[in-house]
Amino acid sequence: MGINLHSSIGRYYLASALFMLVLGLVFGVVAAFNYIIPGFSQEYLGFIQLRPMHVSCVMFFILMGACGCIYCGLQSAQPDTISKPLAYMQLVIWWIAIIAILFSYSQQQFGGREYWEFPPKYALIIAITWVLFLVNYFIAATKIKKWPVYIWMWMTGIIFFLFTFLENYLWEFPYFREHFLKDLTIQWKANGSLVGSWNQMIYGTAFFLMERISGERSTAKSNLAFALYFLGLFNLMFNWGHHIYTLPTESYIRYVSYIVSMTEWIFLLRIFYTFKSTVTTARKNYYYFPYRFLLASEVWIFFNMMLAIVMSIPAFNLYTHGTHVTVAHAMGTTIGINTMILIAACFEFFMPHNEEFAKGSKVLNVFYWMLQIGLLLFWLSLIIIGIQKGIWQMGAQTTSFSSMMQSLQAWFYVFVSTGIILMASLSSLAFILLHAFLTKKKYLHF
Amino acid sequence: MAISFFSYSLVLYSNKNYTYQSNYDHTKAIDGQLVWQKYNCQSCHQLYGLGGYLGPDLTNIISVKGKDKQYILAIIQSGSKQMPVFHLNEQEKENLITFLISTDASGTADPRTYIKQSNGMIYKHGN
Repeated sequence: MGINLHSSIGRYYLASALFMLVLGLVFGVVAAFNYIIPGFSQEYLGFIQLRPMHVSCVMFFILMGACGCIYCGLQSAQPDTISKPLAYMQLVIWWIAIIAILFSYSQQQFGGREYWEFPPKYALIIAITWVLFLVNYFIAATKIKKWPVYIWMWMTGIIFFLFTFLENYLWEFPYFREHFLKDLTIQWKANGSLVGSWNQMIYGTAFFLMERISGERSTAKSNLAFALYFLGLFNLMFNWGHHIYTLPTESYIRYVSYIVSMTEWIFLLRIFYTFKSTVTTARKNYYYFPYRFLLASEVWIFFNMMLAIVMSIPAFNLYTHGTHVTVAHAMGTTIGINTMILIAACFEFFMPHNEEFAKGSKVLNVFYWMLQIGLLLFWLSLIIIGIQKGIWQMGAQTTSFSSMMQSLQAWFYVFVSTGIILMASLSSLAFILLHAFLTKKKYLHF
Repeated sequence: MAISFFSYSLVLYSNKNYTYQSNYDHTKAIDGQLVWQKYNCQSCHQLYGLGGYLGPDLTNIISVKGKDKQYILAIIQSGSKQMPVFHLNEQEKENLITFLISTDASGTADPRTYIKQSNGMIYKHGN
């Protein structure tokens, strides 16, 4: 293709995203220590600050990573169509927002809700950056003929993120706070679809990378690709109610969400159906790190989809809702799927494209497997903790909440230890990629 | 599909099928929710199982035997091994307690009150 992405603005977003990832990991591990050492670091930065710092940093990692991949993708598909001034302005405003938000958390200034605990005034800054992104996207994308699926997915993700992000702030209007249950219903409608919107952007990136790695344009233009896109979009719009099965709200919300959530079986069946060709492709491309991380994300899609489908059945949800099984799902998908795809993208845009480098990268190999094994143990520990809490909450509850949490201490130690392994492996990968970015070696050739 | 989504959204926004209890001051309850957000209670606690998992669910805490308004205020003011001390003013305390009365009045967060059907669906006892 011969497209030079060396000066692509997307790389600056990806580098920013990696930095946010490292921060998010550090805050996450320090926060986790509160599970084994009550009141850990409360004097300096308590859990009440660390949790939102961790969540916000991770979300900014995903969002900036998605922006970076999309800008690189647009540059690749249709060179020199992105407005660089708009893109740089967006990046600068993002950083202003991030610094303001992290500072406000450190000063215990909150006021927002789940995922967006910062003072609501900063949401305006994020909304502005997103409008700039939307405008820039259409400036570039409208010049592309015959959109492959990832261009549709990116567009969908960007539009729905803006819509659901604004919907997340409807509570600012007194009308939406009149009744607590209605308020909570709308909040989790927004949150559920919000996650779906950034998944569209990230999974679109996976399609883009697969097209580049395979060299087959048909990958992203096939009927199957578009069918999966529509299925994902359908779930984004209507399955959010599985977050609130036990909320005494309208029962039709429960029915709609249950039925729609079960269509995700199709994703699972597709993994089984394409397993043989996945293995053949894996053998061919194993040494190529972008592919290897995409392959890892496929494996994690399988594990997390199994868990998600079980959790989406209301009768099972009674046991998992409000427990660490939910955390296992959230972290399993964020790290196992979204992060793997973004790391794959960073390798694609920052590192050498040759087998000699990949085979010689013993260090990368070690961190890769440390990440996979660490994540598996981390995920399993959360599921075990969650199941035990679920059994307690559905049982006679003869012991108090604090006694129940105390009984899980050994598993919390596993959770924290494996969290440290995750931090070490992911941070190391991030530092290696950032080094490649900062040394500006010309790795980008096609 | 987009039209269905926006229509569904509008139905939810305009829904007025929720019952309103009369045993508390609604204005104070709404302000109390802002106090909940101001002090980021959701980082450790849940309402209807939604929030952080370090502490217990507080949806129905106000009606738990032995954990009335005075108990809750005492915990907020003195903290515990895991929970920091919070310095709420009198109005904030009043509003937060009223908010917790409203969450309790909205229903029960106890998942054991649901009955499981063979098709995987759940429904509330009495519905």
